[in-house]
Amino acid sequence: METFYQAMRRQGVTRRSFLKFCSLTATSLGLGSAFVPRIAYALETKPRVPVIWLHGLECTCCTESFIRSAHPLAKDAILSLISLDYDDTIMAAAGHQAEAILDDLIKNHKGNYIVAVEGNPPLNEDGMYCFPGGEPFVEKLKRVSADAKALIAWGSCASWGCVQAAKPNPTRATPVHQVILDKPVIKVPGCPPIPEVMAAVITYMVTFDKIPELDRQGRPKMFYGQRIHDKCYRRPHFDAGQFVENWDDDGARKGYCLYKMGCKGPTTYNACSTVRWNDGVSFPIQSGHGCIGCSEEGFWDKGSFYDRVTSIPQFGVEANADKIGFTVAGTAGAAIAAHAAVSAIKSTMLKKQDLQPLDAAAPAQNKDKNEEKV
Amino acid sequence: MKSYGFDGNAPQGLGRKVTSVYVYEAPVRLWHWVTVLCIITLSVTGYLIGKPLPSVPGEATFNFVMGYIRFAHFTAGYILAIGLIGRLYWALVGNHHAREIILVPVWDKAWWKEFFFEVRWYLFIERYPKKYIGHNPVGQIAMATFLWVAVFMCFSGFALYGEGLGTKSWAYQAFGWVISAFGGNSLTVHNWHRLGMWSIILFVMIHVYAAIREDIMSKQSMVSTMISGFRMFKD
Repeated sequence: METFYQAMRRQGVTRRSFLKFCSLTATSLGLGSAFVPRIAYALETKPRVPVIWLHGLECTCCTESFIRSAHPLAKDAILSLISLDYDDTIMAAAGHQAEAILDDLIKNHKGNYIVAVEGNPPLNEDGMYCFPGGEPFVEKLKRVSADAKALIAWGSCASWGCVQAAKPNPTRATPVHQVILDKPVIKVPGCPPIPEVMAAVITYMVTFDKIPELDRQGRPKMFYGQRIHDKCYRRPHFDAGQFVENWDDDGARKGYCLYKMGCKGPTTYNACSTVRWNDGVSFPIQSGHGCIGCSEEGFWDKGSFYDRVTSIPQFGVEANADKIGFTVAGTAGAAIAAHAAVSAIKSTMLKKQDLQPLDAAAPAQNKDKNEEKV
Repeated sequence: MKSYGFDGNAPQGLGRKVTSVYVYEAPVRLWHWVTVLCIITLSVTGYLIGKPLPSVPGEATFNFVMGYIRFAHFTAGYILAIGLIGRLYWALVGNHHAREIILVPVWDKAWWKEFFFEVRWYLFIERYPKKYIGHNPVGQIAMATFLWVAVFMCFSGFALYGEGLGTKSWAYQAFGWVISAFGGNSLTVHNWHRLGMWSIILFVMIHVYAAIREDIMSKQSMVSTMISGFRMFKD
């Protein structure tokens, strides 16, 4: 079987470019220079791993992001030229021809290919809400995944459900890991995910033939191990207590922390603040807008993008923890005051009665009380 | 029938005698007041972490307002958590009053009878209160609930703290699962942590009011008992 290196050479990639690609891959994976020869060796000796890219209920923003990958080698060499054997959105073939390629791949590379899923399967009405190539997407996903080595869940749709799974989720859009239970699913969330991250994850998997180290929620630690907040270049302003209070205030011009404007950086795991976007040009916070937490679970249903203490949808009326807290504490305060007033009245009344001489009122009360007890 | 409180209810008339019983041992009292300080610190700083103070002017290099607030919050959180562990230990080795707020005898009919008596007393239906050497059943329930909320605050708090320390930190290793249990987005945990703060504030309001009120109306010491350890019965 053809190796990666042979396939690259066949496509006209020079040895020099090949080695450059190996160093670039090692760097983007955070592996250090010692790994460059190991990556080169792996690519020269291992049979190439085909990738099947499926599209379910989605907006294609993951693909849009991916084809704008700033490192053309990662994108072109590994995927367009070599490993991406089926991708119904960007492949040249169409219709029956395309589906025939898919069938051949499943047959010829049984148990040896990677399925990258963009979007998710809607389960309501037997999956009729997403129907590519005359087959409900959920069926296609199950059929193709049955013989796969592993799955990559591209973007928030495949990882968490994203906007189509936001309440009330009419089509019952369901993330991939809840549908495919018997294969490892690597989540690469984001709406879309960072192109370099996508390229690096898939490169890691096809070169080393293993799954990158994942966190508790199934995301590769190398890119989702830290929050936006942890590596944000505005973090010193957060620690100093310097915040943008309004979009047009002095703090906004000085580039203060966007925490008060509802930035979700402190609860969002992604690499935006280090890798950035568009060839490292910028990322949302650098452009003056808070992070909306697009790579986090259920980010559409967690209240406003512009509140720090976000509203809690479970309470029906628009309310956040502080509104609820102040209301409850205020009510309790009023109730305590009322209770104290009644207590004081009762106390005064009792005192008037109780302080009478022993032989008058008190013994009678005691008697009543004892009779009740019996 | 076993009884938790006793009727010291009806007044004995003039010329009362004062008796006292040793209830709260020193570690329990220490824990109580340390927890009070922690709760005040945690609530104030916690509120300000969610809704920070107005921005400070000057260079970021020379300011550390949010840093100090968060430092105070985390330190107080550690003390609260260590205190809770110490308090649970003391429930094992201390006197039986130290177990009252941890082991609530909900299986006991007599206890429930007294629970409803206390509810009636707080609703002004009962004319005279009962006296308790330790907690009355309603107080016992309130304390036990507070303990569980405090435990939840420690779990959720350390989970969020672990996010800042990083995935390799002990806090993330030990408590990171809390975030997964809440669905994976720590924004949800933040919200519950804040609701937890408000529930503790509510508890403190009721707790302080009930203690002072009982001190006056049940003719037994409450507030000074948590300082000296002795409960005085003033008739």
